[in-house]
Amino acid sequence: MSTFDHLMNGFGVALLPMNLLWAFVGVTVGTAIGVLPGLGPALTIALLLPLTYKVDPTAALILFAGIYYGAMYGGSTTSILLNTPGESATIVTSLEGNKMAKKGRAGAALATAAIGSFVAGTIGTIGITFLAEPVVKLALMFGPADYFALMMLSFVTVSAVLGSSAVRGLTALAIGIFLGMIGIDNQTGQARFTFGITELFDGINVIVVAVGLFAVGETLYLAFQKSSKLQDDSVLEVKDSLWMSKADWSRSWKPWLRGSAIGFPIGAMPAGGAEIPTFLSYYTEKKLTKHPEEFGHGAIEGVAGPEAANNASAAGVLVPMLALGLPTSATAAIMLSAFQSYNINPGPQLFATKPELVWGLIASLYIGNVMLLVLNLPLVGLWVKILKIPTPLLYGGILVFATIGTYGISRSVIDLLLLYAMGVMGFFMRRYDFPTAPVIIGMILGPLAEQNFRQAMTISQGDMMTFLTKPISASLLALAVLALIGPKLWAMMRKA
Amino acid sequence: MTGKDMSGTAPRGLAKGDLGIAVGVVVLGLIAAWQTTEIPQSAYAAVGPRAFAYATSFLLIVMGLFLVKDAAAGGWAQETDDFGEVDWPGGLWLIGGLIANVALIDVIGFILASTVLVVFTARAFGSRRLLRDAITGFLLAFVAYVGFDRVLGYKIGTGLIEGLI
Repeated sequence: MSTFDHLMNGFGVALLPMNLLWAFVGVTVGTAIGVLPGLGPALTIALLLPLTYKVDPTAALILFAGIYYGAMYGGSTTSILLNTPGESATIVTSLEGNKMAKKGRAGAALATAAIGSFVAGTIGTIGITFLAEPVVKLALMFGPADYFALMMLSFVTVSAVLGSSAVRGLTALAIGIFLGMIGIDNQTGQARFTFGITELFDGINVIVVAVGLFAVGETLYLAFQKSSKLQDDSVLEVKDSLWMSKADWSRSWKPWLRGSAIGFPIGAMPAGGAEIPTFLSYYTEKKLTKHPEEFGHGAIEGVAGPEAANNASAAGVLVPMLALGLPTSATAAIMLSAFQSYNINPGPQLFATKPELVWGLIASLYIGNVMLLVLNLPLVGLWVKILKIPTPLLYGGILVFATIGTYGISRSVIDLLLLYAMGVMGFFMRRYDFPTAPVIIGMILGPLAEQNFRQAMTISQGDMMTFLTKPISASLLALAVLALIGPKLWAMMRKA
Repeated sequence: MTGKDMSGTAPRGLAKGDLGIAVGVVVLGLIAAWQTTEIPQSAYAAVGPRAFAYATSFLLIVMGLFLVKDAAAGGWAQETDDFGEVDWPGGLWLIGGLIANVALIDVIGFILASTVLVVFTARAFGSRRLLRDAITGFLLAFVAYVGFDRVLGYKIGTGLIEGLI
């Protein structure tokens, strides 16, 4: 079957009334949490992971993908109307978007962000459609040694290359791998790092870690911070029309396309991350614009480009996630654990064994994008109301949902204590500038890396050289080493 | 390894907070290494359960030592510090709310414990409107309980209010 046939079958699945409903719930919830400062898609999907016990896999994954896409749209509304970005990847949008809103051009900024998100989201989804199968074909050549090497590369790029400090990123990664190792080793049946506590034999639930780090940690951070209560959080009014003028259109469409072209490939690489493409897009537009004097004072290109880059890279992240089983963001890692709770392993085999699931999911992304355009443009007033929830109640509510996500699945006070312990860790990580995404990625990907390492070693009968004699694995490991020490070497060479 | 250019800024001494974090990472690595020696080695597998556990402990210790070095050279947190002044009453109200939630949830149930949690959290963020916070917290917890426990099938347990519905 051709890609087109697969996609049409996927639409057959995604257009089923129940699945349309799940997609709609997903994009709506996603937009809402994207709008709310302090909530993100990783946290929300983690809270809803227990749904996987109840709902069939296609429905749950369509819901989660809807939340993922929706949060990208919603985040831009907050960055434009409120000076505090809702999502880390939309920091750049607030640079120009908030200035535009202050000048009474909030409507145009929201419109170029929403339409740009739609254009980029659709281009990104087309990218997934056509890139997935070649990546699957490539991945079918991968043995366990090659997978292990790929995961090492991804560990390095996710933790050491993308953040502000390699040491702190790798520390976060190591903590995540440590947390993922707690419990019974599934190959030998030995308990590891359980300290004799029976509750830990089943391992630590990723929900507890994600919700603790993101929700409790963030709440603690803000509660202990004096300035968080003093800042001006008034929501700017949308005074102008939500339609762009002819000049706005002609200044927006190229940045949308350029942003998509920057965002998707970077998202699809085993490194992931939405922040770098948004910054790259911003500087590209700043260089190419015919109105350089407007940059810093509300240039529409500075909203259109980065918003498109953000959404396209979010789509790109799904390529390694689906085709290789390789998550490169915290959200993708939690989506992977949703697959795992159905005993489904994303990766090349999935496209052969469950095409209706994969292609149904991809088709639902096209549909979700259309829904999001409608939800975010004509209905933007609704989301502005959400922004007016008083902060004290917002964080109270977040903690109630955090309780549901942990105590609500185990009814164990131990899990609640573990949640708060993770929250304290999240507080210190935020305070001392450690990235938190590598913790989640290490926790999910660590056990998979170990499994592939062991399989490779069993095949090679205990010969470590297998990682260096296989061409794919050797080149991936070389890339990983280069990514780790390359920047440092470069700096030393320039000094010398 | 953080590669900061120290020229131009006044030389700084040891950063105590940063050092505490760095030592914490080293200690976590040492505990992990010690716990790894407690894992029984299995004779059958090519790679036993210890190999990755040692590797992770090693990574934690080495990164911890790098952090100690950074902390001794003036630390890193000050440069990226956007935290500002500490609001002790706010933070302690929140911690009080979390402790109350843990202590009460098995006794009076999720809905009432959550109401207390919302009131404490709102106070931590400067709210003085006790009645509003209590009513909002109660309604939110009530709706969330019905939605998640009764409709979605989570098991949030029972309590004073939960027993009535």
